[in-house]
Amino acid sequence: MHPVRKQRLILVSLVVVLSSAATGLVAFALRDNINLFYPPADVVAGKAPTDRSIRLGGMVVEGSIERSDTDLDTTFWVTDYEASVPVRYSGILPDLFAEGEGVVAEGTLDESGMLVATQVLAKHDENYMPPEVAAALEGKTASQGQPFLP
Amino acid sequence: MIPELGHVALIIAFVLAIGLAVVPMWGAMRRDVAAMNMAPSLAVGVTVFVAVAFALLAVSFLQDDFSVAVVAANSNSLLPPIFKFSALWGNHEGSLLLWVLILSGWMTAVATFSRGLPLVMVARVLSVMGVVAVGFLAFSLLTSNPFERLLPNTPLDGNDLNPLLQDPGLIIHPPLLYMGYVGLSVPFAFAIAALMGGRLDASWARWSRPWTNVAWGFLTLGIMLGSWWAYYELGWGGWWFWDPVENASFMPWLMGTALVHSLAVTEKRGVFRSWTVLLAIFAFSLSLLGTFLVRSGVLTSVHAFAADPERGLFILIFLALVVGGSLLLYALRAPSVASRVSYGGVSRESLLMINNLVFTVSTIVVLLGTLFPLIMDAFSLGKYSVGPPYFNAVFVPLMALVMPFMAVGPLSRWREDTTRRWLHELLVPGLGVLVVAIVLAPLGSEDFNVWIALAVLLAGWVAVGVLKGLWRLIATRTEGGLKWRRLTPSFLGMALAHLGFAAVVLGAVVVSQENQERDLRMAVGDVETLGAYRFELMSLRQQAGPNYLADQAVFEVRRDQELIGVLMPEKRRYFASGRIMTEAAIDASLWRDLYIALGEPIGEQAWAVRLQCKPMVRWLWLGALMIGLGALVTALDRRYRSQRSTVPAAAPGVAAVAG
Repeated sequence: MHPVRKQRLILVSLVVVLSSAATGLVAFALRDNINLFYPPADVVAGKAPTDRSIRLGGMVVEGSIERSDTDLDTTFWVTDYEASVPVRYSGILPDLFAEGEGVVAEGTLDESGMLVATQVLAKHDENYMPPEVAAALEGKTASQGQPFLP
Repeated sequence: MIPELGHVALIIAFVLAIGLAVVPMWGAMRRDVAAMNMAPSLAVGVTVFVAVAFALLAVSFLQDDFSVAVVAANSNSLLPPIFKFSALWGNHEGSLLLWVLILSGWMTAVATFSRGLPLVMVARVLSVMGVVAVGFLAFSLLTSNPFERLLPNTPLDGNDLNPLLQDPGLIIHPPLLYMGYVGLSVPFAFAIAALMGGRLDASWARWSRPWTNVAWGFLTLGIMLGSWWAYYELGWGGWWFWDPVENASFMPWLMGTALVHSLAVTEKRGVFRSWTVLLAIFAFSLSLLGTFLVRSGVLTSVHAFAADPERGLFILIFLALVVGGSLLLYALRAPSVASRVSYGGVSRESLLMINNLVFTVSTIVVLLGTLFPLIMDAFSLGKYSVGPPYFNAVFVPLMALVMPFMAVGPLSRWREDTTRRWLHELLVPGLGVLVVAIVLAPLGSEDFNVWIALAVLLAGWVAVGVLKGLWRLIATRTEGGLKWRRLTPSFLGMALAHLGFAAVVLGAVVVSQENQERDLRMAVGDVETLGAYRFELMSLRQQAGPNYLADQAVFEVRRDQELIGVLMPEKRRYFASGRIMTEAAIDASLWRDLYIALGEPIGEQAWAVRLQCKPMVRWLWLGALMIGLGALVTALDRRYRSQRSTVPAAAPGVAAVAG
């Protein structure tokens, strides 16, 4: 075969093999590793799946943080001023995690509707709000009524 | 008065940048030597006025002029002076000014070191960079003016700098990273200039190459510092989070890696020309995309400052213009005639092509993961997030794929080579590395870890290839002794960078596999063990800093009764903002880091504590340092210097115009 053609053939087959391998990997990796975001109202309404990891975002309800005295377990409620969801987390919380502040918790829902979190993210800057949380809170303010703690 | 002067300086710089974007370009089109000759002076002019604006803003910060909005929002009278200075770029407006300052610095560098280049080339390159400068200066002046005043309601004191950013790492991380980010505008400008002139040849690649290597080297160093800073400052001991903004800097790096290698082929062999140009365009486009992602606040990230849709839109339009314009130019002007130079399937060209394919595909998968949530959100298909598992699953196999070829690269010949020769060179050392990998893998942990064995094998394989290549170069059969003089900066830089890459891979795999971590509750007198180390909490005390008060815990760490060190992690409360920050304590060494961070107080006399033992984590940053330094070393190669002296000094402009 003509060397230039041979060269092209090698190039084209390499591109095909690599890109199909990459596409396969991407599809495989995306299947299990993307998390949908849900505001508390959707979780309480039962719209969130219970068999996989989700992200829950909103504000930490004032007075809802309970820390254990013996280990690192913490529970708190997350609200979008429409509904509230309890979250349990075991481990060290970020520095900017506080009552009345925005938070995103990642984890799975148990049968009782509590989110067992594997990761808790708080905002990093006091002017900054995670976009998902901002969107979830849009048009809803604390003045519509204090979040309730059942 | 000072801020107003700064504002005026910035406006003058903007006007000069418009001049730079228009006049030399017009001159190049009309073959007007006088117009083209203005390019270097205009570039220096822009630099001077941007530098004046930058210096005046720095003065406002150092003098605590809280009538300036950014100073009030990001500084405080209690802040140590060095952090007052670095607070300048710890915010959106100031960091944009730094961006422009570094861009103009690169323009001046090009103007200074390119005297030997044809005038028309210099004029076009500087003009293209001028266009970029106009875009960013307009962005700064129109949407994020750093000199905005808070009059008459001047606050008495400032809001303070985010405590996370009150750290020496922040003083150097952004400038270095921007050197790399913005530096990619130089190969971009060279590519566009070459497309305009229709001159895409080996000498073009030779001009562009040192700039690309240096920019890419700075980008490497900037990313390394960012990773190191996150490790010790964010308090949970991670070194890479696949955070969207990390990806924003990593994508130009991946593209740049492909570009650096593709330029080598273009310079040496004159092939891959159109591809190289395309890579240069994409690399810079990705740095603009990165700027968009960071500055628009569309993503949840450590780096995002307060969001402002107007700013995001501005960069998005600018990005569309730059990418669209350059791709259009590419479509119109890319060389349509295929190069006549041919090469065999088994050759250095083919190996470098594999490098290019792998790094391009890596860029695409990282890009996909980073933009996927944005795209889904834009089409209202739900709010997704793509986490580290995705990136690890796609990225790690790709890197493993490229490493077997990396060892062969330095030994291979251009044009035509044989697999038999490769086998002859590498079979014995390769088998040696295999044995070492099998022996080493169980050390440090109880059972055989196949991933560590694989990492040792691949990293060792790469190192063997580099060392064998080095040996081939300097050893001679006929005369005794080694010919060190044959060791060019080019080869030395490549060897350093490749060895560094091997070190990064080794460090990343070992620390990911063997990291030990425990979150627990500890009171004074408690003893906990982690691996071979005993951690005892000796005491708790309060410690005052210049602008914070800290709760400090004192730990003694022992191994076999021998005292390794006293570690003092802190939890600080900053006065001005009331913000709380974790300051981790680290006992660092080449083979392992011990890492202690405080969580919250539990009850009266106890704290939540995170203990970590991170083997070989330093190798990551040492390796990245080697990559970055290697890239900088290559630019010292003599052929880039002799290039300049070969062009007659007299009337270079006229000669170039004629040619």
